[in-house]
Parts: sequence; C-alpha cells; structure tokens
Amino acid sequence: MGGFSYHRRGKQIIATFSGFEADLLRSLASQLVELLRNEVAAPAESDDPLEALLDFSGPTTEPEDPVLKRLFPSAYGDDEEAAGEFRRFTEGGLRDGKARAASTIIDALEEAGLPPELDEDGMVIDVELSIADAEAWMRSFTDIRLALATRLGVEEGDEDFWDSLPEDDPAGQVYGIYQWVGILQETIVDALWAAS
Amino acid sequence: MELDEPEVDDLVAPATPWVTIVWNDPVNLMSYVTFVFQKYFGYSKKKAEKLMMEVHHDGKSAVSSGSREEMERDVQAMHEYGLWATLEKQD
Repeated sequence: MGGFSYHRRGKQIIATFSGFEADLLRSLASQLVELLRNEVAAPAESDDPLEALLDFSGPTTEPEDPVLKRLFPSAYGDDEEAAGEFRRFTEGGLRDGKARAASTIIDALEEAGLPPELDEDGMVIDVELSIADAEAWMRSFTDIRLALATRLGVEEGDEDFWDSLPEDDPAGQVYGIYQWVGILQETIVDALWAAS
Repeated sequence: MELDEPEVDDLVAPATPWVTIVWNDPVNLMSYVTFVFQKYFGYSKKKAEKLMMEVHHDGKSAVSSGSREEMERDVQAMHEYGLWATLEKQD
C-alpha cells in the first residue's frame, strides 16, 4: 500500500513502493508537469514580434483548463483588474514551483531505481527523502489530487457515489487512484509532523 | 434615532485593513490544511486546527490580516500549497 514514515536516525522520510505504484506516481507527476508547461502561461498576444519577444510578464486572465483554473484561482473575488495584475506577477512563478515539485517526485523515483520502462515484476522501490523534498512531494500530491478531483468532478460528501460504481468503471478506477494519493498524502503529513 | 459615531482618528486606525480568506474545497485533507497553517503562518497547532475547522464547517476562514502587499504574499503562498485563497478588504 505504500505509506511514508519518519526515520529518526537518518532524519529522512521514507517509503516503499511496488514497481507498479512507483510507475503510476511517475506517470501522474509527469502529466502534471506536462499540463503546467503545455498550456503556456503567456500574456495576451501581440502583433509586434519585437514587443512579443520582450514581454516577460505573465497572463492576466484565468486559464481555460479547469484543472489550471483550480491550481491558479483568482486572488480577488470581485475585482477583475486587481486579479489580473496579481496573476501577471504570480502565475509564472507558481507554475514553475509546481512543476519543480512534481519533478522532485520523478527524479527521486528514478534515482531509487525505477527504470524508464517498467518491465519487471516484483520490483521494489525504496525512496528516502530529505525533509525539504518530502514537503515538495506533499505539495505535489495536493496538485495531483486537485487535478484528478477536477477531472472527475469530485464534490463534498459524494464518497458513496464513487463506491457504488462497478469495478470496471474507468471513473471508479481513477477515483481509487485519487484515494490512494490521499493516503500517501496523509502519511507524508504525519511523517512531517513527526519530523518537526 | 441618531447614534453618535465614535470619532476615528486616521492615524490610530488599524493599519491592517486586508484579510486572506481560505475557502473550503472537497479535496484538501484536514490534516494537510492544518499543517499548512502551522508551517506557513507559524501558528500553534491549536490555532491552526481552529482555523481549519472554520474552513471546513463555515466554508471559509480569515486566516491572516495585514497590508494588501502582505496579504498578496499570503494568498500566493496558499496557492503554492494548493489551497483556494483570496484576499479582500476587511469589513
């Protein structure tokens, strides 16, 4: 089932994953990186190529993708102009930070021995994380759960609905993954409490 | 009936007219939200839990107050942690 615990002597947060679990986590983290880097956080387009090249500022309008919209919500509920200014100065940095955190997951799994293509049964991946890396994993678990929940349309108190889906329903399977990442997150938060 | 308004001296009016609001969402775990409040704001576990329960039960909670610039920093940090946060002028 894979969960995290704090290793007092080594001051590390450790977990053991099956090859399948590690591969799944890498895939979720990679998709997040791709999403964050793909729909470009670009400012409004300009007809002047020089101006376009020199414009390093960020976007001022909400992203179209619902997941990105949830990851980068409007900071001002009722002031579009202030929200746009805030977004211009923050969204690029937030995207980079979230992509970096997700990359921390991918790098650590591969350093722990996860091959580019999983082709072996019975593989075990032991990860040993510094406190800082564990915090990056924790934040990225949040982003992954927000992404899955947004795609699925998870709402408050709808657990019974998801549990009632037949076993071969793809949405039910994705919900199972969402819950699994939730358990990982719960245990990594506990491990970080123990470490502090 | 007319009530006497207390006189407000601009110079001693509170210099903290903005607040950061964290909104409830169906995804973030209670333990995680508590952890974030304690870690980022440096609140005691008791205070962090109280704010988390407000978010959970009332749908939102004002988790910090200060200047507009400070609240923009707090909102940005909450977004870093994946919490749904906004800032607004205090009533």
